[in-house]
Amino acid sequence: MDRRQSLKLIATGAIASGALVAGCATDDKKDKKADTPAADKREFTTDRSPEEAEFERALRAKGAFFSPHEMATITVLADIIIPRDNVSGSASEAGVPAFMDFIVQDMPQHQTPMRGGLRWMDTQSIKRFGKNFVECTPAERITLVDLIAYPEREHVKKDKKLAPGVAFFSLMRNLTVTGFYTSEIGVKDLGYAGNRPNQWNGVPADVLQQYNVSYTEKEIKECVQFTDNNG
Amino acid sequence: MGDVQVKKQPKKYDVVIVGSGAGGGMAAYTLANAGLEVCMIEAGPMYDPQKNITQLKNPWDSPRRGASTKFRPFGDFDACYWGWSIDGEPYTKKEGTQFDWWRARMLGGRTNHWGRISLRFGPKDFKRRSIDGLGEDWPIGYDDIKPYYDRVDKLIGVFGTNEGLENDPDGIFLPPPRPRLHELFLKKGATEAGVRVIPSRLSILTQKLNEDRGVCFFCGQCNRNCSMAKADFSSPNVLIYPALKTGKLTVLANSMAREVLTNNEGLATGVSYVNKEDMQEYQVEGRVVILAASACESARLLLNSTSTRHENGLANNSNVVGKYLHDSTGAALGGFIPTLFGRKRYNEDGVGGAHIYSPWWLDNRKLDFPRGYHIEYWGGMGQPSYGFNWGIEKMNGKYPVNGQQKEAGGYGASLKEDNRFFWGASVGMAGRGEAIPVESNYCEIDPSVVDKYGIPVLRFNFKWSENEIRQARHMKQTFKEIMHNMGAVITWGGDDDASNNYGLSKPGEIIHEAGTVRMGNDPKRSALNKYSQAHDCKNLFCVDGGQFVSQADKNITWTILALSMRASEYIIEEMKKQNL
Repeated sequence: MDRRQSLKLIATGAIASGALVAGCATDDKKDKKADTPAADKREFTTDRSPEEAEFERALRAKGAFFSPHEMATITVLADIIIPRDNVSGSASEAGVPAFMDFIVQDMPQHQTPMRGGLRWMDTQSIKRFGKNFVECTPAERITLVDLIAYPEREHVKKDKKLAPGVAFFSLMRNLTVTGFYTSEIGVKDLGYAGNRPNQWNGVPADVLQQYNVSYTEKEIKECVQFTDNNG
Repeated sequence: MGDVQVKKQPKKYDVVIVGSGAGGGMAAYTLANAGLEVCMIEAGPMYDPQKNITQLKNPWDSPRRGASTKFRPFGDFDACYWGWSIDGEPYTKKEGTQFDWWRARMLGGRTNHWGRISLRFGPKDFKRRSIDGLGEDWPIGYDDIKPYYDRVDKLIGVFGTNEGLENDPDGIFLPPPRPRLHELFLKKGATEAGVRVIPSRLSILTQKLNEDRGVCFFCGQCNRNCSMAKADFSSPNVLIYPALKTGKLTVLANSMAREVLTNNEGLATGVSYVNKEDMQEYQVEGRVVILAASACESARLLLNSTSTRHENGLANNSNVVGKYLHDSTGAALGGFIPTLFGRKRYNEDGVGGAHIYSPWWLDNRKLDFPRGYHIEYWGGMGQPSYGFNWGIEKMNGKYPVNGQQKEAGGYGASLKEDNRFFWGASVGMAGRGEAIPVESNYCEIDPSVVDKYGIPVLRFNFKWSENEIRQARHMKQTFKEIMHNMGAVITWGGDDDASNNYGLSKPGEIIHEAGTVRMGNDPKRSALNKYSQAHDCKNLFCVDGGQFVSQADKNITWTILALSMRASEYIIEEMKKQNL
């Protein structure tokens, strides 16, 4: 929690000060570590029950699921799916490959589709270009990706042999999107403005106007309103 | 304030309470404040919302980005420990029947993460048999419980509005928050479908209630429990830790109740339990025993408490313990509102739940199912978590993005644009309806299975009837009409039909199980009298969902709190009269 907001809320009596100290302490610790790509392997800063903490420790003790080669392939693919643009950084900058390695261990149902899909990419790549996917030129990579990235294209419907690649790329896209937009970089890119203390005064006036909706007199009279003095 | 080590010859308490949720918390608060020596037994750890914190964490604070696990079925930040299954604590089901049993194992139980939907039962809800001939009337009416609802409103706090509705009684309300944008759309769509929409009634403090608690700061995370401001109701924040301050309450955490002990006269003398830390057996004595372990766990305890005076289990001369088990019905549907694509960003977290809801608005005499349901709504720009925009390849080829028709799937900067564009437009709704409690839906002791403490486990036997299935069908029809009226597109829940009971939730899935230790005037047909007191054992009470005769289409927590307060004050009076 932002300290200035916190102090403001203490002053208005909204927050119990004891919890605030504990809440901020863990937040501060986390902020320092969040920059490293391995951040997803760090200890939990959120509450864990005793049995749960044991489970989490065992999960972390397992080490990497993906081989270095698989991780290299994942990194290239993730950055094709979510590259750096003029708004935000890339999937790898947001730690998505590390997230993938964790999530397939947490959700074993993703392991075989991911491992097999990566292998499918390499097999197709060797057939077409005589080398593994990561060893291909950017143009060669895109040639292969374009074959499987658009599930409704005519050539996909005709060539059934592409189906495993299409399924893999959709999973890869979903995991990349989920991993990216739940990272610090991704949440900022999205413009999510919540998860912080504030006072809800209803939909902003310009937005009400944009959608041609309004509050009834009953709502205006009955609903809670905060003024600048106590906010 | 950790858990207390009990010696093998502990002191004798005035009251021993099993369970620490809404019922147990209210009993402990009421009795400890009246000066009685109270001992509370809780199967889970001594959770403290002031130290065990998930509130205001960011999605990346969870390596699984808030996804669920078996430890937290409602996601990694949800405040409830355990859920549908607990390691080492099985339950079984009779072949061909279903029941999923949610169990919390922590101080405060499910009140730490519940939806804070705080609805009073109405006058009709206590007298359903008199109205439609089904089920049973309660031995009490609305007038009996109204004073306690009023006091729970004042003690705990609830926002809402007085609407003067016949079966959705007015209360003592704090002001509700204004609707969010998608809720204004929902209100319009529902109103056009003839569905009444009013402000929600949630136990969240929108104004200062007392010096111990703060005011909601609108993070939308009540399911994580309000560690920061204690602005929502949870048993630990609002009842148990305050009760501990009296010095009259002792909490025995990590203590799994085995059975209620009785003497030669058949009266309860205390509770035996396993201390999960040293795995030793203990007994604690009390003049009165109160069960508040949750409907099915309390029934299990009674059925496991057999003796020569209570061969059929304690408080079970009527043979109804475990029977008349029922849960709320549920069906849901959702999609998105295309006009909200590319919407302006602002903080609309609001409170942890919808700002509006729809109480039951129709007359069942004109319908093909006997009981009503209310509608809960959601949507908008919530905190991203695992599963965010999953399946975007099914969206981005269908709807133009910023005016441009694209191909489904894709990657790159274009895909980033799509993700920003679609976010915040989702909307959904769910019905929560009243099921008819019937004798043939029950839990019983499985004769051949024990948990890791050696305690015989429950076996469930439960089936929905046509009443509930037809209700779910009506829900879906209503939801489709609302979605249509508001210009929304249905992406899930729209294809249900007779083959899957119209998407009717599985029994137990809504986690409102009740009815297994029901009250009534006739000792042959009920386990408890109208004061939640066992007919067959006068110093034994049950104050959780077990005592419910029926549960209306209202979430049961507010009524548990009111009944527990009422039973606790009855105990105090009876003790004064030396009847207990």
